[in-house]
Amino acid sequence: MVEIEVKPEVSLALPGGRKPSKNGRGPDSLGGILAKIILLGITDAVAAFVLFQLALSAEWLIFGISLLTTMAINWIYLRRGGLPAKYLAPGVIFLMVFQVFVMIFSTYIAFTNYGDGHNSSKEDAIASIQLSASERVPDSPQFPTSVLERNGSYFLLVTTPEGEAKLGGAEEPLHTVTPSATGPTGAAAGVEGYGTLDFATLLQHQAEITSLSVPISANPEDGSLKTADGSTSYVYTPKLKYDANADTFTDTATGVVYSDDGRGSFVAADGTHLNTGWKVNVGLENFERAFTDPNLQGPLLKVIAWTFGFAILSVATTFALGLFLAITFNKADLKGKKFYRILMILPYAFPAFLSGLVWSGLLNPEFGFINNALLGGAQIPWLTDPVLSKVSVLMVNLWLGYPYMFLVCTGALQSLPEDVDEAARMDGAGAWKIFTAIKLPLLLVSLAPLLIASFAFNFNNFNVIFMLTGGGPRFDGTTFDIGSTDILITMVYKIAFGTGTGRDYGLASALAILIFIIVAAVSALSFKKTKALEDLN
Amino acid sequence: MSTPTTKATATAVPANKASFGQWFKAKGWRHLVAIAATAFSIFPLLYVLSAALNPTGTMAGASSLFTEFGTGNFQELFANQERPFGRWFVNTLVIGTVTSAATVFLGAMAAYAFSRMRFTGRRVGLLTLLLLQMFPQLLTVVAIFLLLNFIGDIIPALGLGSQLGLIMVYLGGALGVNTYLMYGFFNTVPTSLDESARIDGASHVQVFFQIIMPLVTPILAVVGLLAFIGISSEFVIASVVLTDPDSQTLAVGLYSYVAQQRSENWGVFAAGAVLAAIPVMTLFLFLQRYITSGLTAGGVKG
Repeated sequence: MVEIEVKPEVSLALPGGRKPSKNGRGPDSLGGILAKIILLGITDAVAAFVLFQLALSAEWLIFGISLLTTMAINWIYLRRGGLPAKYLAPGVIFLMVFQVFVMIFSTYIAFTNYGDGHNSSKEDAIASIQLSASERVPDSPQFPTSVLERNGSYFLLVTTPEGEAKLGGAEEPLHTVTPSATGPTGAAAGVEGYGTLDFATLLQHQAEITSLSVPISANPEDGSLKTADGSTSYVYTPKLKYDANADTFTDTATGVVYSDDGRGSFVAADGTHLNTGWKVNVGLENFERAFTDPNLQGPLLKVIAWTFGFAILSVATTFALGLFLAITFNKADLKGKKFYRILMILPYAFPAFLSGLVWSGLLNPEFGFINNALLGGAQIPWLTDPVLSKVSVLMVNLWLGYPYMFLVCTGALQSLPEDVDEAARMDGAGAWKIFTAIKLPLLLVSLAPLLIASFAFNFNNFNVIFMLTGGGPRFDGTTFDIGSTDILITMVYKIAFGTGTGRDYGLASALAILIFIIVAAVSALSFKKTKALEDLN
Repeated sequence: MSTPTTKATATAVPANKASFGQWFKAKGWRHLVAIAATAFSIFPLLYVLSAALNPTGTMAGASSLFTEFGTGNFQELFANQERPFGRWFVNTLVIGTVTSAATVFLGAMAAYAFSRMRFTGRRVGLLTLLLLQMFPQLLTVVAIFLLLNFIGDIIPALGLGSQLGLIMVYLGGALGVNTYLMYGFFNTVPTSLDESARIDGASHVQVFFQIIMPLVTPILAVVGLLAFIGISSEFVIASVVLTDPDSQTLAVGLYSYVAQQRSENWGVFAAGAVLAAIPVMTLFLFLQRYITSGLTAGGVKG
């Protein structure tokens, strides 16, 4: 549209036919150049720091990507021309990382067993198993010990039977040091740069100190030093011994062998798992589980049905009430119209997360204002009955959503042509006929995109559900914390971050992918139906 | 329009002193509907105000609205060290202001490029933005959590628990619907304006800041305000990223007040809710007209 109007002007103004938007021809002002240099300098300094840190932690893939991004940014802003990129780059970078990349990353997580107990790589898991289950080596020597502190971390300073002073912490294996102070028995008691804990401080931090385990060397199999009282420590070796060749753990006491089951855990012949596992790809298992595991299948299908029901009914109820009120108020000489209007749209201005919480108080079955005061002590289970809780959720969402529909419908009604109305009346149509046959279809045409957007919004309307009922009342027959009013997004949140069954990022992401697919299908359909795409030029 | 309306307009015009029945048919029922709707709208708000002022402090206490008055709940709200309401308030203001300002700026730059320049990939870019905004960020909350967890290992200042990290995450959604809204508005500013400025020697930066930006202020205000309101209500991502009570926002903090013992802390919560709602509601009512016109152009809530 704009293009067509503009082009002739451009060719008139610039007979040479040069496109004015390419190459900032006029020299930039000094201030502009300075601002550019400073901003680019800051970006590069931050980038250099990030790259350095990435190199230190040997994250080479991400190092490569960051390096390329940094180079691209410099190229975009230092070359002449390529103006659109200069304006688009900042927003697009954030979009790529925190919207596009996280979507791809979600898809990746959905195909892993990432979650509690499967957090890291196999090497980390092996090291952690070796450290966690340990026992004192029988008849091993005692080490006179002092507990030192630096920057909030604790260290053990021990004197070996050979009289050598050694220092180590949770993150750094024992190494020889020169003590700066010695105790009454001749054992090392202090080192430069560290503070020695006195008895009172020891008691105060007892839990942290007794759980401190200092590796004797970089090899975890050599065992570690632990202290129970802060004055002597002993050598502990892993109760589970790792055999690198066979890739198995053997319990030194019972002889039970745990081997890699290929699914991110060490498992014994009788099926017992070691608690710490690692992250592996599990293919479609999360999706299979969601639809076949009896613990999950039933609730999930109910949740999907309710998600659709909630979204559709929310749009229908808010639109119906909003439209009705818009019609009621669509009369120019109604007294107090402005006053009513302001009060009516207040719920729309009220923060959405608070609405759910406030209504949860109003509807509370025991103490709530509605039961206690308005209904004179009735015990109506607004939020705890499976059916009634759904009604309550819809009612609260109606309260939240109808002012928006009212505003939108008012706007649309006022833009309808008056003459259509008159022509229909001339032809003898009644008011109801005019409304259903002429006005409503016209309204729906102009409001369809907004209704679809409203559906999409309510499909993921986390705040109302989570704040009002928390998804409850819970379903029977499942160990998951899912209930009658849960929609897919609250279920994802609870599976990933809820308390109870442990965090399961893989499953949660698989469910999020399911939402992606549904939303994509709905928007594809709606884009086809509406003319949204044709407006773009 | 429904039945009574048309009949009323037909009959009410000749009779200047209409009977009550005629008045009711024409307007009276509308007042009844209006009063009912207004009551439905403001009743919960009056309830929370009453609970905030009621010194009993629990949910069970009140059996009618506005019977007792006291400021005890407000004092307790600010005295609680474990739940620093004042900090939450400031955090929300800071995060909301920074994010919405940056959102407006990033969105305006993108809209300027899309509206004023012709380049390969422009149509595809606009379409991609339109499609991407169908997938709200909260769907990827798990990935965002794990990503920030990783970033925190490299640069602690941007990792989990950092407000700066949260702002960056929010900026991922800065383009999307905002660019689209602004793009439409930018297109209504005649191109001849910037062309003549260019001929007079203005650079593209000067055109952007000195010609376009002043002319599109209304849409900048709408986008900024909607972004601010959206962010101050955002719970999902904020609850996952901000773990330390001192760094939390109002949404996360106030939820923690009633997550466990909803009934006992009710009065204090209500006091917090009233204070939290006031700035947002004031802003909203103040800029109501702009928002309404912005809404019909595509912004959605509810």
